[in-house]
Amino acid sequence: MSGAQLSAAHAEAGRRARNARLGLLGPAVLIILLISILPLGITVVYSFLTPGTYGGVTWEFSTAAYVQFLFEEDIFDGTLAFNPAYLQIFLRSIGLAFGAMIGTLILGFPTAYFIATKPRQQRTFWLFLITLPFWTNILIRTYAMLLIIRDEGFINLTLMNLRIINHPLSILYTDTAVFIGLIYTYLPFMVLPLYASLEKLDFRLVEAGYDLYASRWKVLSHVIAPLAKPGIIAGCVLVFIPGLGAYITPELLGGGKKLMIGNMIAIQFGSSRNWPFGSAAALILMALVVIVLLVYARAAGREAKAHG
Amino acid sequence: MADLATTHDAAPAARARKLKARDLKAMPGFKAIAWACIVALYLPLIVLIVFSFNDNRSVVKWTEFSLRWYQAALENEGIRNAAWVSVKVALVATILSTIAATMAALATTRAAAFKGQGLAYAIINQPLMIPEIVTAIATLSLFSLVKYVTGITGIGYLMAAHTAFCIPFAFMPIRARLEDMTLTLEQAGADLYATPLQAFRYITLPLLMPGIVAGAMLAFVVSLDDVIITLMVAGPGETTLPIYILGAIRRGITPEINAVSTILVGVSVLLVALLFLVQRRMEK
Amino acid sequence: MENDGERVATQTMEKAGAENRRNVAISARSLVKTFGTGEFAVHALKDVDIDIRENEFFTLLGPSGCGKTTLLRMIAGFELPTSGIIQLDGQDITALPPHKRPVNTVFQSYALFPHMTVAENIGFGLKMLGRSGGDIDKRVKRMLALVQLEAMANRRTDQLSGGQQQRVALARALAPEPKVLLLDEPLAALDLKLRKNMQIELKSLQAETGITFVFVTHDQEEALTMSDRIAVMRAGEILQIGAPTDIYERPTHRFVADFIGDINILEGSVVSSEGRTAQVRLKDGAVIEARVPEGVDGSGDVALAIRPEAARLAGPDETAALSGTLENVVYFGAASYLHLRLGSGEEFVLRHSGALDAYDLSTGSVLGIALQPGRARVLE
Ligand SMILES: Nc1ncnc2c1ncn2[C@@H]1O[C@H](COP(=O)(O)OP(=O)(O)O)[C@@H](O)[C@H]1O
Ligand SMILES: [Mg+2]
Repeated sequence: MSGAQLSAAHAEAGRRARNARLGLLGPAVLIILLISILPLGITVVYSFLTPGTYGGVTWEFSTAAYVQFLFEEDIFDGTLAFNPAYLQIFLRSIGLAFGAMIGTLILGFPTAYFIATKPRQQRTFWLFLITLPFWTNILIRTYAMLLIIRDEGFINLTLMNLRIINHPLSILYTDTAVFIGLIYTYLPFMVLPLYASLEKLDFRLVEAGYDLYASRWKVLSHVIAPLAKPGIIAGCVLVFIPGLGAYITPELLGGGKKLMIGNMIAIQFGSSRNWPFGSAAALILMALVVIVLLVYARAAGREAKAHG
Repeated sequence: MADLATTHDAAPAARARKLKARDLKAMPGFKAIAWACIVALYLPLIVLIVFSFNDNRSVVKWTEFSLRWYQAALENEGIRNAAWVSVKVALVATILSTIAATMAALATTRAAAFKGQGLAYAIINQPLMIPEIVTAIATLSLFSLVKYVTGITGIGYLMAAHTAFCIPFAFMPIRARLEDMTLTLEQAGADLYATPLQAFRYITLPLLMPGIVAGAMLAFVVSLDDVIITLMVAGPGETTLPIYILGAIRRGITPEINAVSTILVGVSVLLVALLFLVQRRMEK
Repeated sequence: MENDGERVATQTMEKAGAENRRNVAISARSLVKTFGTGEFAVHALKDVDIDIRENEFFTLLGPSGCGKTTLLRMIAGFELPTSGIIQLDGQDITALPPHKRPVNTVFQSYALFPHMTVAENIGFGLKMLGRSGGDIDKRVKRMLALVQLEAMANRRTDQLSGGQQQRVALARALAPEPKVLLLDEPLAALDLKLRKNMQIELKSLQAETGITFVFVTHDQEEALTMSDRIAVMRAGEILQIGAPTDIYERPTHRFVADFIGDINILEGSVVSSEGRTAQVRLKDGAVIEARVPEGVDGSGDVALAIRPEAARLAGPDETAALSGTLENVVYFGAASYLHLRLGSGEEFVLRHSGALDAYDLSTGSVLGIALQPGRARVLE
């Protein structure tokens, strides 16, 4: 075979591999580009338009959506006054999502650690117990939580039957309810990645820690937690991001009064009929998420580098 | 003699206790927290399920076992329609997303890594990275624009939206399975005169099947359970079961909701249990 | 392909005549394979020429990473060479895909299809070739008998022991009657005893089927016991090709001598030479007669190779060719290995199979060394 023939064969093999790759990747990439990524572009455009009277948009350029986020226009003289209402919703959402993240971490770490130290056969069963709620409809789980914490719900009735309290605790439709709901909803999202990294942990290192006179707490904070860091970071991201954009939990447990960003955006596309403002709010939410993801990517990258 | 026997029995037991107390892996209180978490995760669901079988309007006071709420749910026209829409959309989304995900997973694992592979992963996983509410209103914006321009309406939009967000879920287990499969088996096939198509048909596909089944089941569960995107994108007459339930909860709590919810949870539990079995077989 | 009996008969006849005709089955010319480019380039094969004859048991021997697998994979068609030609029976197959080559492989990991039974594994190649079900059944039965696995036909492959899996892999590769069978370290995963048995089985299978075997190993003993011919490789190059006795007795290259068995290598310079015999002065002054193999330049500074069994302790009234200080004696039953330090500081090991009573074997005693004539060789 001459050199020219061989290089033709190389070229042919390369071309075939490229074509196969394009053909195989095509459908998935195209679907997501068209139905998930292109819409984000539309959202950017919509956020600079004027709301239509019956929803939708009229094609008139405007930055009103972004102005509205921080200021209120006086209907009489048109001057702008600072309006913290939307900013407060954002800040409350961040606070609730962050709180849920810490809460799930405090509950999830011992749980994941407990499962990871079980004998292998029992682990599968425990993991199944955690995975099941993960794949159970969030709406239904939230509804189940609602049934439990209502004034006439399971918890209040039980406590009153036991004569521990005389009047029902009013939890539902408060920030506490939303907070509990978020923790309940996203606990499996924290436990699963934590488990994944704790399962790989070499427990001889723990023994080495004790051997070197560390107390249990020291071993936990100086040996186990640093080794489980990738799982902790992943779990925090997996709870914080969906928590920030939560819709169902505040909708059902906050009773539509205790708004989070998700509900606020949805309302703009529903009863408020202000698509541009909804789009702008969604983009601001997305910017927050991108910042979190970038921080995560950097942390994960540092982690990977530190461990070779 | 008897005394000796007891001391002999007692000594190992005490030793075992002592050893257990010195189990270095165990952390004080962790076991209690783990159990509390499991109870907290399941208690609400169990209450929900139990009271779906209650022969009473109340969802808190138990009277008697009955299937009347299931009967009511099954006779409810709205629920039946919603269930049918849910299944239709989930089936179409599952089939399309699983095929697309399988193809993409083949492209990224069966040949040498290529430039742009990271980008391909990023695109495929994009729906997982963004809060669902953002995808929901963005998709609504695009679809309303397309509807306005073309005048075409129908359930196809909802199916397309579900297909898109199901792809990353189907992709995960399929890719994981393929990454565990060495290329050597396919090479052995080629060595034994299998054309590339035959090698795929007789070797890659049968070995990949557990991954594809797992991916399809995840896609199905995810589509069946979706609320936010469906809420935004679904047109009139395209109410899925979760959307129906959300509406019903807003109207007022009834045991009928518990019954429908129990059925939906049952389907998820069944699929996830199957998934666990499939994955355990895959590990062997 | 037509009639099995007939085929085997003709193969046997061919085998008888092969020694004379020596048809070439596989021939590679100027084969180069480079993985990657620029500073990351790995030169797995650098300009390899090789002729593998019909019906021979040919072994590629070399340390791990020297390019044996790469060469095998290019013969199988899994890899395109960077440049060069591979021919099979005189036909250019360089760019032919694997499924179009009448060449089968026994993979190091066996690569048995886990979702098929033993019988389905063995019949796979024939099925892909479009043979009828009856033909396949018959052939599978024969192959099962050949590797003594009749009872396992319907087992799943993960229910087999390592040795049994190995035999299934062999039967599967032999079933389509390839022109050439490629085996990539097929015995590496087996324990020592099983490996010895499989070595014998493989060798007799090759004789029985008359198929050309190209066998890869990094185990020199395995190569010496099994092969008709051996190619010794190092770092992407073939250093020497020859029969096991050639390679062992007449290494042309220092690396080959060192890699195959124990050997003493001494530095020296040629003082005079006549034909293929040279007088070499060693560093401690002793002059030794050594053979200069074909293709080796026997002048100037050279290295001398002497096998331990080509030397023994010199008797009391013999003139010793060399002498050294005793450092260590390792007793091996039939013989003893004596480690000596020569005047030049070089270590010398000799294998003495006679009685040792007559010698002073305390550490530090000075002993004379006698060499068998003609066994010292000059290396490239
Ligand atoms: N696909 C590949 N990509 C890059 N380098 C490779 C590849 N395959 C083999 N090599 C390199 O080529 C050299 C020869 O490898 P190989 O043929 O497997 O050696 P052997 O089988 O003799 O142990 C090694 O340095 C190896 O790292
Ligand atoms: Mg190798």
